Amino acid sequence: MLKRSIENLGNRTIQGVWRIGFAARFFLAMLLHSGTAFRRFGLTVREMYFSGVLSLIIILVSGLFVGMVLGLQGYETLQRFGSESALGTLVALSLVRELGPVLAGLLFASRAGSAITAEIGLMKATEQLSAMEMMAVDPIARVVAPRFWAGVISMPLLAALFSAMGIFGGYLVGVHLIGVDEGTFWSQMKSSVDFEQDILNGVIKSAVFGVTITTIALFEGYDAPPTAEGVSGATTRTVVTSSLAVLALDFVLTAFMFRGLN
Amino acid sequence: MQHDNLVEIEDVAFGYGARQVLKGVNLTAKRGQVIAIMGSSGCGKTTLLRLIGGQIKPGQGTVRVAGESVGELDPASLYRLRRKMGMLFQFGALFTDMSVFDNVAFQLREHTDLPEDAIRDLVLMKLHAVGLRGAAQLMPAELSGGMARRVALARAIALEPMLVMYDEPFAGLDPISLGVTGNLIRRLTDTLGLTSLVVTHDVQESLKIVDYVYFVSEGVIVAEGSADDIRASDLPFVHQFVHGEADGPVPFHYPAPSYAVDLRLGG
Repeated sequence: MLKRSIENLGNRTIQGVWRIGFAARFFLAMLLHSGTAFRRFGLTVREMYFSGVLSLIIILVSGLFVGMVLGLQGYETLQRFGSESALGTLVALSLVRELGPVLAGLLFASRAGSAITAEIGLMKATEQLSAMEMMAVDPIARVVAPRFWAGVISMPLLAALFSAMGIFGGYLVGVHLIGVDEGTFWSQMKSSVDFEQDILNGVIKSAVFGVTITTIALFEGYDAPPTAEGVSGATTRTVVTSSLAVLALDFVLTAFMFRGLN
Repeated sequence: MQHDNLVEIEDVAFGYGARQVLKGVNLTAKRGQVIAIMGSSGCGKTTLLRLIGGQIKPGQGTVRVAGESVGELDPASLYRLRRKMGMLFQFGALFTDMSVFDNVAFQLREHTDLPEDAIRDLVLMKLHAVGLRGAAQLMPAELSGGMARRVALARAIALEPMLVMYDEPFAGLDPISLGVTGNLIRRLTDTLGLTSLVVTHDVQESLKIVDYVYFVSEGVIVAEGSADDIRASDLPFVHQFVHGEADGPVPFHYPAPSYAVDLRLGG
């Protein structure tokens, strides 16, 4: 009994390490074969439509609601200390620094990440990737790399749009519903949000999330066993793993970026 | 350098992990012939095609295509060789996000600098050859199984390859599509000067069109010969296979402990 469980543990560890190695080689191959994704940028633009443009609705609507809730909750807390005028700052900073990249990342993982995994997994299961290889076309260059770069480019744009919609939602609730002074709302926001410290760091964060999510999604699809269970399991793993990775990475990045700020 | 034999397989062994699939196979395919590789499901026929296409490397022995040892080629040379090969996958493996036209045009667009007008003409000619010029704008999901197989065939011959491999081209087809596919393989081989390697377990259909047959069983070639040789063969395995008998050298039952023991009869 004990021997069996130790054996199991050992097997799982070996498999885990093997998989990490495989993922690293996959990532490297993807970067090395990225030429096609840029030479024939149309391929990448097409994938940006599927993973970026088609994610717009969920991103924009979520952004709006998150911003509106921030407006309500922020006002409720701030007015206790008599600093309602800082509502604009609170809404904007929470969104550009944290909520924008993280929530857009989570939504991107579940909307676009799962779709990428399912698509690649099914292409593999129906021998489309093998067929491509046999036609002397490298599937990593033709199928995988354009999807990767499309995700990496789309993700910061989606996060920025999420934040913009959120700020608009906060403005609607704060200024038009509650009645915070419009001039104060915007001017406070403008004076306390720093381009480099806040906005650029937010963009860097979302780019890192974009790399992470699309790599996980593509790898899971490429590595999926070519069966119905295989593809469905891989899709689930994409959403779970990339969501956890986004949250964990967010902590690490925040610790580096905003340490020592006041 | 023109070799008379386009494909030469010498003493090839291959295994997936501990399971040995091929154990010393010898096979040659002459230019311009239709060669069938037959055997029961899971006997390693498809593995042979994958070895010829260079998707896997033999554990032992050599696979030569047009005089080049496939297992020893670097990726660039392998891709160059593959441009001269076409492969028809079991269920067509059409790209589901592209129309029939774009599927057939795929290789032309990837590997040539031909203008779109020329590509259009070539694609329509290939589709005409398989009788599906009228289906050019359909999506793969709108095709029947037999039509998908024919589109895949048009795609496989788009670059006028020297070798076309067919993985179970007859599986799951109705009798009409079956005859159509068989005739197409023979006709395209003759008119385009191809060499065709057909992996199949459909004996009756393939014996009508092939020049030479190899029988694979348990990882080795157990019989070979022309269609007439095979029909007349009295080897027990070939006889069972050609006449579709349920039991024989290939047993009906998967290996199991004694029936009585399994049912707990007689203590």
